[in-house]
Amino acid sequence: MAEKRERYQNRIELLQGTLDLLILQTLQWGPQHGYGISVAIRNHSGELLQVDTGSLYPALHRLEKQKWIKAEWKISENKQRAKYYRLSATGKRQLTKERSKWSQLSDAIAGVLNPEQR
Amino acid sequence: MRFWRRRRREAELEEEVRSHLEMAARQRVEHGADEGEAARAARREFGNMGLVKETTRDAWGWGFFDRLMQDLRFGVRMIAKSPGFAAVAILTLALGIGANIALFSVVNAVLLNPLPYPEPEQLVALHESKPNFETGSIALPNFQDWRKDNRTFSMMAISRGYWFNLTGLGDAEQLRAEFVSTDFLPLLGVKPVLGRMFVEGEDEIGASPIVMISEGLWNRKFGGAPDVLGKAITLDGRSYTIVGVVPASFNLQVGYFRTRELYVPLGQWNNPLLKSRAGGLGLHGIGRLKPGVTIEQGRADMQRVTEDLAAAYPEADKGIGATLLPLREQVVGNVRVLLLVLLAAVAFVLLISCVNVANLLAVRAMARAREFAVRAALGAGQGRIVRQLLTESVLLAVAGGGLGLLLAAWGTKAALQRLPQGLPRASEVGLDGRILVFTAAISLLSGMLFGLAPALRISRPNVHDTLKEGGRGAGGKKHRAQGFLVVAELAMALVLLIGAGLMIRSISALWSVNPGFDSRDILTFGVSLPPSMKGANADGIRAALREVQRKLETTPGVQSVSLSWAAVPLSSDDEDLFWLDGQPRPASENEMNWTLSYVVEEDYLKVMGILLEHGRFFTAQDNERAAHVVVVDDVFARKFFGDQDPIGKRVNLNSKGGMAEIVGVVGHVKQWGLDSDDKQPLRAQLYFPFMQLPDEAMRLSATGTGVLARLDPHVPGTADAIRTALKRMNNDQVMFSVQTMEEIIADSLAARRVSMIVLGVFAVLALGLASMGIYGVISYVVGQRTREIGIRIALGAKRMEVLRMVLREGMKMTVLGVVIGFLAALALTQLMASMLYGVSATDPLTFAGVAAILMIVALVASYVPARRAMRVDPIVALRYE
Repeated sequence: MAEKRERYQNRIELLQGTLDLLILQTLQWGPQHGYGISVAIRNHSGELLQVDTGSLYPALHRLEKQKWIKAEWKISENKQRAKYYRLSATGKRQLTKERSKWSQLSDAIAGVLNPEQR
Repeated sequence: MRFWRRRRREAELEEEVRSHLEMAARQRVEHGADEGEAARAARREFGNMGLVKETTRDAWGWGFFDRLMQDLRFGVRMIAKSPGFAAVAILTLALGIGANIALFSVVNAVLLNPLPYPEPEQLVALHESKPNFETGSIALPNFQDWRKDNRTFSMMAISRGYWFNLTGLGDAEQLRAEFVSTDFLPLLGVKPVLGRMFVEGEDEIGASPIVMISEGLWNRKFGGAPDVLGKAITLDGRSYTIVGVVPASFNLQVGYFRTRELYVPLGQWNNPLLKSRAGGLGLHGIGRLKPGVTIEQGRADMQRVTEDLAAAYPEADKGIGATLLPLREQVVGNVRVLLLVLLAAVAFVLLISCVNVANLLAVRAMARAREFAVRAALGAGQGRIVRQLLTESVLLAVAGGGLGLLLAAWGTKAALQRLPQGLPRASEVGLDGRILVFTAAISLLSGMLFGLAPALRISRPNVHDTLKEGGRGAGGKKHRAQGFLVVAELAMALVLLIGAGLMIRSISALWSVNPGFDSRDILTFGVSLPPSMKGANADGIRAALREVQRKLETTPGVQSVSLSWAAVPLSSDDEDLFWLDGQPRPASENEMNWTLSYVVEEDYLKVMGILLEHGRFFTAQDNERAAHVVVVDDVFARKFFGDQDPIGKRVNLNSKGGMAEIVGVVGHVKQWGLDSDDKQPLRAQLYFPFMQLPDEAMRLSATGTGVLARLDPHVPGTADAIRTALKRMNNDQVMFSVQTMEEIIADSLAARRVSMIVLGVFAVLALGLASMGIYGVISYVVGQRTREIGIRIALGAKRMEVLRMVLREGMKMTVLGVVIGFLAALALTQLMASMLYGVSATDPLTFAGVAAILMIVALVASYVPARRAMRVDPIVALRYE
């Protein structure tokens, strides 16, 4: 795989629903604003996943509406007002659910891709 | 409140995005970029800001309504900005939609909802079928046996119209009444407003006289007072007790039945023939089948019943059957074709107006191409732009629909006054929920229809090119779609024109049909002698009628006059049975010969302007004391005597006193109407002198005798003078049912005339719209090609060549439209074949003539912009670019 090139291809198409999982997981480490979330996902994925703002903000607002995350305006470390999102109690439960769903899915896909290891 | 919350969220989103950009830029600065570069890079990385905000707003979940409001506000602004365009578009649509609403409201009342009675599918119309007449009158004794012996009907009833002379309650007047058998009103589910229905036995001959009155009469004569029950009114000089009031909402026209002011049990009819099994008294019936019984089962059952009767009473009932027709058919009858043709026509008009507005929109959309390119560049998705455009066009359509509804409400009222009297349930035509739904649906649909095509086309702009070009689209392909629309318009207009042309040819063919008499200046009306004459003997009545006749003759403005009984051309018919002298009397009445029968006086030919071909007509000496004589028409003469001279031959009249000698032959009169008389089985006509009527018939004529009078066209107000003269003779003597012969003929053609007028109006409308369409497209093409034309002229092209080139463009569309229109018309005019007369549905002359008209109009419509092209100044055209 030509990883270098892939990286600058800017993004791997995220599977439907995986962005929600990534956002919830990122917020597990503490409240964060939109820009911070996108940076975190990029860094944690080894620059492989670059989240499109056109998907990120709709997802954040949707999750907020579903009450899995809560938003509040805070002053950032740079003395700047920013909208911080944090995980709610139901969000935590949702995260557990999503994680186990994801590991089942990746096990299953791995099984299909490498049948001889079974 | 929602609005306020929305404001706040909007501001928050704005700030969220700004803080994102600032943070991203700051980070870049920390990594060593300079500030301006960092801000630009952050922005680039962020992507299309408008689009991000838009999709984020979607996540809030209240987007649809908000955006609709936004689109509506914007749409209203855009429309208000170009009022000329909006006015033309809305007016065009209002015409198209309004015409549809008007016609739909008629169809709604007449076709979709013809029988507002419980379980209408169980209702059938009943007639007696006779050897040469499928829908003949039912004899009362037969009806009574039908009612008793059938197994498939839950109820059965017969009725007949009648005029009663009402006296003792203000001015004497003639009232329309209906003799009914007991079950007539209950069968239709009519509930009295007040009082009760007739009950079993009350329709027997000899029962005590009772009457139900209409709600209208109740209000008019009794002020709606509840104590009217049990009161007596005097009808034809006899006292009838009021037992109930029939609601005004009961309104039915079917076959011979009409809603009336009075309903009287059939047994009260003072007519000796009522008891006769062979009597043809104009009684027709309706029946309600038992639940689950089909009309075929009903027919089989009635066949059994009538066969039994024929076996029991061969003299009267041999060959007599029962005809059962779904009542719905009977009500809707012939108007179905008319309404369907009109509906198709009006749908075409709507399509054409949609196409026209689509063209207007397309041209406008071209002009707005830059606006849309800018919006797309700023992040509007394709769906968003289509929606915006559709909102605008639906807005136009709704405005057009609203205006159309007003036009329709007004137009329907106006049109219905000119409609044939025979249009069933015309009074029910009006606006109801169904029509409002129809209006809304048709407006939205047409908005989508004419808005979608341009919207789809314009919403995929090549942003780059459009912006660079400064919004001036480059000719070529873009007008092709409009060209197709215009071709479609022209084709539809051609179909409508052909339809209207065929109707015009039919009507003119009909008007030139000679009815066999001179219909101008003839007044027809009825006279009823005062009720005091009712008991008089036949001679007394003859004397009274002679006096009436003399009085009429001396009324100023009356040129000649004849009393009339039995048939009146195009208006009512009556038949006589006879056998020729020298033949044995046929075993049953059904084996006798039939003839139309006119009972008239000596001046009848003068009144009607009928031609005496041979022999003589009646004189004053052919009276009750003289030997019976008759006059026949040429059809009768040919049918029964072939080449022999009928004069001096004798016929035996079954119900008019036996043997009579033929003394003259007159021209045939189109009894059955200008169009269908030739196709009728019964056309032989026989005239009988009024004063020679048998005594019992003469006594009946006291309650109402027809009069035909030829008036002097130069003396106005003769009808009123007659009314006054009759009233002066006796206050209780009434003139009624006044109609001119021309009105009678016009009524017989009314359905055709209406469809001709409506089709004609629609066709002209369509032609106008289509020529507007072709004018618009050619103008547009010329506008687009100004530069090209300028170059051609600069390079030496002749101006005439330019003119021809542009005209060719228009003619190409026209010819294509004509060809397609021809093909469509060939199929569609078959629909109206039954409404045509004297012209085939594919009449080449009409087709060719109409095509020529369309071509000329299209040529003129494209000539105007073509001249503009011809006059293009090459210098101006080139400098302009």
